[in-house]
Amino acid sequence: MRRIISVLLENEPGALSRVVGLFSQRNYNIETLTVAPTEDETLSRLTVTTTGSDKVIEQITKQLNKLIEVVKLVDLTEGSHIERELMLVKLKATGSQRAEIKRTVDIFRGQIVDVTSSVYTVQLAGDSEKLDGFIQAVGTAGVLEVVRTGVSGIARGEKVLSL
Amino acid sequence: MELLSGADMLIRSLQDEGIEYIYGYPGGAALHIYDALFRQDKVKHILVRHEQAAVHMADGYARATGKPGTVLVTSGPGATNTITGIATAFMDSIPMVVLCGQVASHLIGEDAFQETDMIGVSRPVVKHNLSVRHPEEIPEVIRKAYYIAATGRPGPVVVDIPKDMTTPNERYEYSYPKKVKLRSYNPAIRGHAGQIKKAVDMLLAAKRPVIYAGGGVILGKASNQLTELTRMLGYPLTNTLMGIGCYPASDKQHLGWLGMHGTYEANMAMHHSDLILAVGARFDDRVTNATEKFCPGARIIHIDIDPASISKTVEADVPIVGPVDAVLKEMLALVKESKDKPDASALASWWKQIEEWRAFHGMRYETSPDVIKPQEVIELLCKLTNGEAFVTSDVGQHQMFAAQYYKFDKPNRWINSGGLGTMGFGLPAAMGVKLTHPDDEVLCITGEGSIQMNIQELSTCKQYNLPVKIINLNNQALGMVKQWQDMNYESRHSQSYMESLPDFIALAEAYGHVGVRIEKKEDLETKLKEVLAMKDKLVFVDIYVDRFEHVYPMQVARGSMKDMWLSKTERV
Repeated sequence: MRRIISVLLENEPGALSRVVGLFSQRNYNIETLTVAPTEDETLSRLTVTTTGSDKVIEQITKQLNKLIEVVKLVDLTEGSHIERELMLVKLKATGSQRAEIKRTVDIFRGQIVDVTSSVYTVQLAGDSEKLDGFIQAVGTAGVLEVVRTGVSGIARGEKVLSL
Repeated sequence: MELLSGADMLIRSLQDEGIEYIYGYPGGAALHIYDALFRQDKVKHILVRHEQAAVHMADGYARATGKPGTVLVTSGPGATNTITGIATAFMDSIPMVVLCGQVASHLIGEDAFQETDMIGVSRPVVKHNLSVRHPEEIPEVIRKAYYIAATGRPGPVVVDIPKDMTTPNERYEYSYPKKVKLRSYNPAIRGHAGQIKKAVDMLLAAKRPVIYAGGGVILGKASNQLTELTRMLGYPLTNTLMGIGCYPASDKQHLGWLGMHGTYEANMAMHHSDLILAVGARFDDRVTNATEKFCPGARIIHIDIDPASISKTVEADVPIVGPVDAVLKEMLALVKESKDKPDASALASWWKQIEEWRAFHGMRYETSPDVIKPQEVIELLCKLTNGEAFVTSDVGQHQMFAAQYYKFDKPNRWINSGGLGTMGFGLPAAMGVKLTHPDDEVLCITGEGSIQMNIQELSTCKQYNLPVKIINLNNQALGMVKQWQDMNYESRHSQSYMESLPDFIALAEAYGHVGVRIEKKEDLETKLKEVLAMKDKLVFVDIYVDRFEHVYPMQVARGSMKDMWLSKTERV
């Protein structure tokens, strides 16, 4: 099952490599990984999406917790949560395609953020499925380049992951 | 406040940490530190002949004393040579701090002479590693390193020290912190009361219980609590290879150790049990055999300081995260005050069954009128040293024979590389023990394969006068490899022979020690007595043993606990 694990990490050199190293060392999957400092400059927030049986996920969270630099973590998929990913896509856009692409972008609530005579660059945010859906809708033939940030997530409601 | 250079701060920190011995080898990036070492006499440095041996020495010291060992090496090859030793300590959760020199900060990343990313290289085999980024941090980094190494589930910690952090003419205020703050590291200090209560209820209701104790009991200094609880309950106890000595082997409730080369009775009792109390053990693959066939009728209580060890390979019914001594103490109190008592008649029939198993095999082996059996060498050594020696071993058949036939009644005396299985561990580990236990008998039980992996340390033994006794069970082959080839590869002995063995006697003598060769069975006892009488000499005893002997019992691969070979021809 796909899981989103969100980690508060000491903002120190080498901390990230320890997290990434753990996944490869113990043969766990990383599907996406995002990391950036938080409002507290001593902490980074890291979000990793992974797949595995309940037993594997339990081991992943336990092993992550053992890392000295991991301050706190939560498996967001255990409760209701919001996940977002940002994507920039360069699409071939000439002739009649231009209007069709514009319509599709609107339907997906994306924005065209750069234009040339033959190319649109589209920005789209949403959960991973929505981003996949957009690529499907425009058709891979017209896609010149895709860049995705990977998933960020946060729990719904009052729950917060903080010190 | 005093002003000290980084190098002096490092050595002062070691003094303030109470470190008596460090094991190491100098080199360019560590020279400022070695100079600071020279200008004091509180911390004693032992110069090894290869950095791997320094780590095993520190490891042997840590296993015998329960205190963290300390290693000092230079950057690059000095640091990378420690990796096998660090991995050995990591797999067996041994507390240790490894101080590594590093090239100066401004050279890092430029492929400088003797530069290696030691933080990166060591990462998968350390509990944690730390870099010094400013000389002023040194006391705090050292305090943190020892704190992390020795608390919770212990393990090795590497400290990387760039050369410019120890420059002699730059001085800073020194004070050694009493405490360290680590907001993200808080090992459990007691177990969950509700879980402990539940465990005690299950324990008292069991009909066919087994206590399964591991190295965590020794590391957690909980042998007394475990022994008291086991005796109070009257339940059978088996321990792992790493747990040897956590409960007296001579006691009738002790079933010997379990797993791949465990006793018939221990493996049978585990398989047929209805309740397993696992204490500081980690259900390692060399214990469980095929996990899907593991102890089908047993419910499992698992006590461990490391939550990640619980339900990793075998699901626990009652997990208890906490230090084993504290948890066992609480369990003892609950058992004492409980109105429920163990079911006496169920226990009596369980013991009757176990005694039948014990009588059936009972660690037998065939003796021969003229050939020396490795097992009898160990039995004899156990007798001659009253079972009180510190015994280190290397890895292979001799390790299994030593663990099977030397009866340890006390913890911290059986010292071996159980998790990583590191050949070359035995001699330096024995040296680390002997240094701090000069009046105790220290035996290194080894084979002619393993001993050659760190034999250069005979030179260190000469320098520091470390009269360990090296018992080389010489079967002129890599015995365990050969045994597997006999059993699984139709005796195709691919690369398992040593066709050009050195004259170990001459070799020992060349290093300034005594060498004794034993080839005849009738000489064995007399010569071993003579060897043990040479208290102040290192003696290398080269004993020619049966070349064809196998280690039994041996679990059948991918079987359950109860599937074993009991000899070359008997399978149960």
